[in-house]
Amino acid sequence: MFQFDSFNEFVQMGGHGPYVWASYVISLAVLAWLIVSPLLRKRKLVQEVVRERRREAARQSNPVSAEHVSQGKA
Amino acid sequence: MWQWFHRLGSPRWFYQASGKWLPWLSLLAAILLSVGIAWGLGFAPEDAKQGNSFRIIYIHVPASFLALAGYYVMALAGAVGLIWKMKLADMVMKSAAPIGAILTFVALVTGSIWGKPTWGTYWVWDARITSMLVLFFLYLGVIALQYSYTSQDAASKSSAVLSLVGMVNIPIIYKSVDWWYTLHQPATIKFTEAPSMHPDMFHPLLVMILGFYCFYAVALILNTRVEILNRERRTRWVLDMLLNSKKGSS
Amino acid sequence: MGQGFSAIFYRDLLLAFRHRGEIANPVIFFFIVVTLVPLGLTPEASRLAQIAPGILWVMALLASLLSVEGLFQSDYRDGTLEQLLISPQPLYLMVLAKVLVHWLITGLPLTLLAPLLGMMLSLPKAGYLPLVLSLFMGTAVLSLIGAIGAALTVALRKGGLLLSLIVMPLYMPVLIFGANTVQRAVDGFPVAGPMAIMGALLAVSLLISPFATVGALRVSMHG
Repeated sequence: MFQFDSFNEFVQMGGHGPYVWASYVISLAVLAWLIVSPLLRKRKLVQEVVRERRREAARQSNPVSAEHVSQGKA
Repeated sequence: MWQWFHRLGSPRWFYQASGKWLPWLSLLAAILLSVGIAWGLGFAPEDAKQGNSFRIIYIHVPASFLALAGYYVMALAGAVGLIWKMKLADMVMKSAAPIGAILTFVALVTGSIWGKPTWGTYWVWDARITSMLVLFFLYLGVIALQYSYTSQDAASKSSAVLSLVGMVNIPIIYKSVDWWYTLHQPATIKFTEAPSMHPDMFHPLLVMILGFYCFYAVALILNTRVEILNRERRTRWVLDMLLNSKKGSS
Repeated sequence: MGQGFSAIFYRDLLLAFRHRGEIANPVIFFFIVVTLVPLGLTPEASRLAQIAPGILWVMALLASLLSVEGLFQSDYRDGTLEQLLISPQPLYLMVLAKVLVHWLITGLPLTLLAPLLGMMLSLPKAGYLPLVLSLFMGTAVLSLIGAIGAALTVALRKGGLLLSLIVMPLYMPVLIFGANTVQRAVDGFPVAGPMAIMGALLAVSLLISPFATVGALRVSMHG
């Protein structure tokens, strides 16, 4: 059974509304971040890997610059 | 007998298998959490003494549970990584640390907000909150150690040692904080006495705890999967998968 | 089997004796920070007496924490640690020897100095014996736990602050039992119970902490 007579009362929570709602909102936001942040990191990672591959592919198709790079490393 | 163990230790196998579990687990977590929140916020009866502020329990207690359980998950994964040199366990441990720290943070924040209507102040050195705070420090130590090594392997091993030491310490810390609290404060309003709670209040709490467990599993798997991709980014299977999916989607 | 233990024990003691100035540092630190309390708070004896047990314990803890950083550092730099790790002697005992020396040159002087500082903070009479006893056992526990942190951070260039961060939460039970034992004695309660718990903490950390320290040293040296 719903404990409150009106939506307004539900929001007020007998004067404890701010505390209850603040707890729930903060908690849910932080928990949502736990799900969103790995997804964002994964997207960034995929972009990086694709870029790395592309660079490598370019290097292979252009052997002069590749030699240049390997010399630079040594 | 050992076959499944070795398979489980393979990041590639875990990545593929967890991809299959993930949608179901997420769905379960979402259902349990939404049912639990609606039930707790709107349908559970209000507490005779604390009124509606009592509804914070449905976040606070599950978060505290998982904060503590998360430390054990982290430490046991660290132990598995140390003993069997299992790379996957190291990745699980690394992912579990920030998740646990954030859950501890949630428990602390909700406990502190709850303290305002209950005790009239945002911070009370209550036994439960104090041990949560120490747990938070333990997590921060593991995370800080993890990020101060440049070598991934040394970082995993040293934070595994630290989390194991912390795991041995946790019961001692909880007991000592309890003892300290009884010395300085006669029991005032106690937060949670689950067994003596009215069933109408207890059932939504149970749903929320289950929901938090599922949520924790989802968050841990998601973070571990990214960690796997990051560390295996040079391997054939990761490259194949990422580049193919990129082509397919664009 | 005890050979490694006694060799390390005498060597470290000799080294410590040759660097007497360094031994004095934690003790002087303890002295100075306790002096800060009346300056920052109040010179009034009755109020100082109230907080003396806690202040003395917290400051002793900090002094022990600051000194534990150097436990393995010089051995790490000059390569002795590497030699110890490959020696056939049991590492458990060698680590124990090093920690024992560390306690002898920091924990013990702090314990002996504590009654003097207690007097300066007008600690009530009933507190002195529990203060000395609890510090005697408690600083040993602090050294044992601190050794784990020191071993974990020895290979890091800026390990000092990190060491405090990872070790301090582990110190908390010791502080709770130590300071509250003294407080209870001052308030006129029996303290045999908490004192026994202190002893139990010491026994447990004697058993476990050297193992963890050895493991941590291996990780630090070989990754």
